[in-house]
Amino acid sequence: MFEAISFYLFAFLTIAMFFITVTTSQALYALTALAAGMIFISAFFFILGADFLGAVQIVVYSGAVMALYAFGMMFFDTTRDLKEKHGNSLIISGLSILVAILVVVIFAAPMVSSNIEALYPVVEGAGNTQQVGLVLFTKYLIPFEVAAVMLLVAMISGIVLAGKKMDLSLTMMSDAEIKDMKIEKNKKVLS
Amino acid sequence: MMEIGLNHYLVLSTILFSIGLIGVMRRKNLLMLFFATEILLNSVNIGFAAISHYYGDLTGQMFAFFVIAIAASEVAVGLGLLIVWHKRHNNIDLDNMSTMKG
Repeated sequence: MFEAISFYLFAFLTIAMFFITVTTSQALYALTALAAGMIFISAFFFILGADFLGAVQIVVYSGAVMALYAFGMMFFDTTRDLKEKHGNSLIISGLSILVAILVVVIFAAPMVSSNIEALYPVVEGAGNTQQVGLVLFTKYLIPFEVAAVMLLVAMISGIVLAGKKMDLSLTMMSDAEIKDMKIEKNKKVLS
Repeated sequence: MMEIGLNHYLVLSTILFSIGLIGVMRRKNLLMLFFATEILLNSVNIGFAAISHYYGDLTGQMFAFFVIAIAASEVAVGLGLLIVWHKRHNNIDLDNMSTMKG
């Protein structure tokens, strides 16, 4: 009973929030609606008993990703209204619903034929966080490490792309060049 | 009606996925396009978590974690590229990115 009420409540809220994100013409509204939708999605994870996943959803999405977007929006001119494509909305809606149903069929086809079995069944008598840790650090250790390397690569590329004068390297330059650069910088500050 | 099953979650996942796809196809601004991509990834995460719960298998949750990691790195690299583009061309509209048009 309680599960049904919470499911329908959060389903309605999430769909409303994401609909606002997709349709609004103001970037700030879209950002805040997206952040709210992320929080509401974590509610589904808590209902489903995936506590750790819900916590990670809140921390990573509403914390890190939304902060990054808010930071990125400071670079762009977001005060003006966004222009939108005015294509045939019937074709667009039809195509997206078709593709979404196709994705669900891809997911559900092996289950309907009912020959899937739990490869890593839930360990009895352990909390969700412990179960996740047990599976993540035994069966999925190498993907976990690869994901860590990927995040490192993403961090370095983000710094290099967004930072200023990242094409210069202080360790590769001679002392004279560094001195010239400092003098130029001081000139710019003084002028 | 009152018993929430796997189908309810899959239907919700489908609805959210189609909302995200509508966003991808309608938006002109690249930042808004990124928002729609986040919606797509999140809807798939709901499907993974639901299947993981109803089949008593933790693989779905594992893949949801990897999807979150990929989404985080995508945002970092994408925003970096977007900032570089904005510095050069002073806008981030998709229609202006047609330099390879024949």
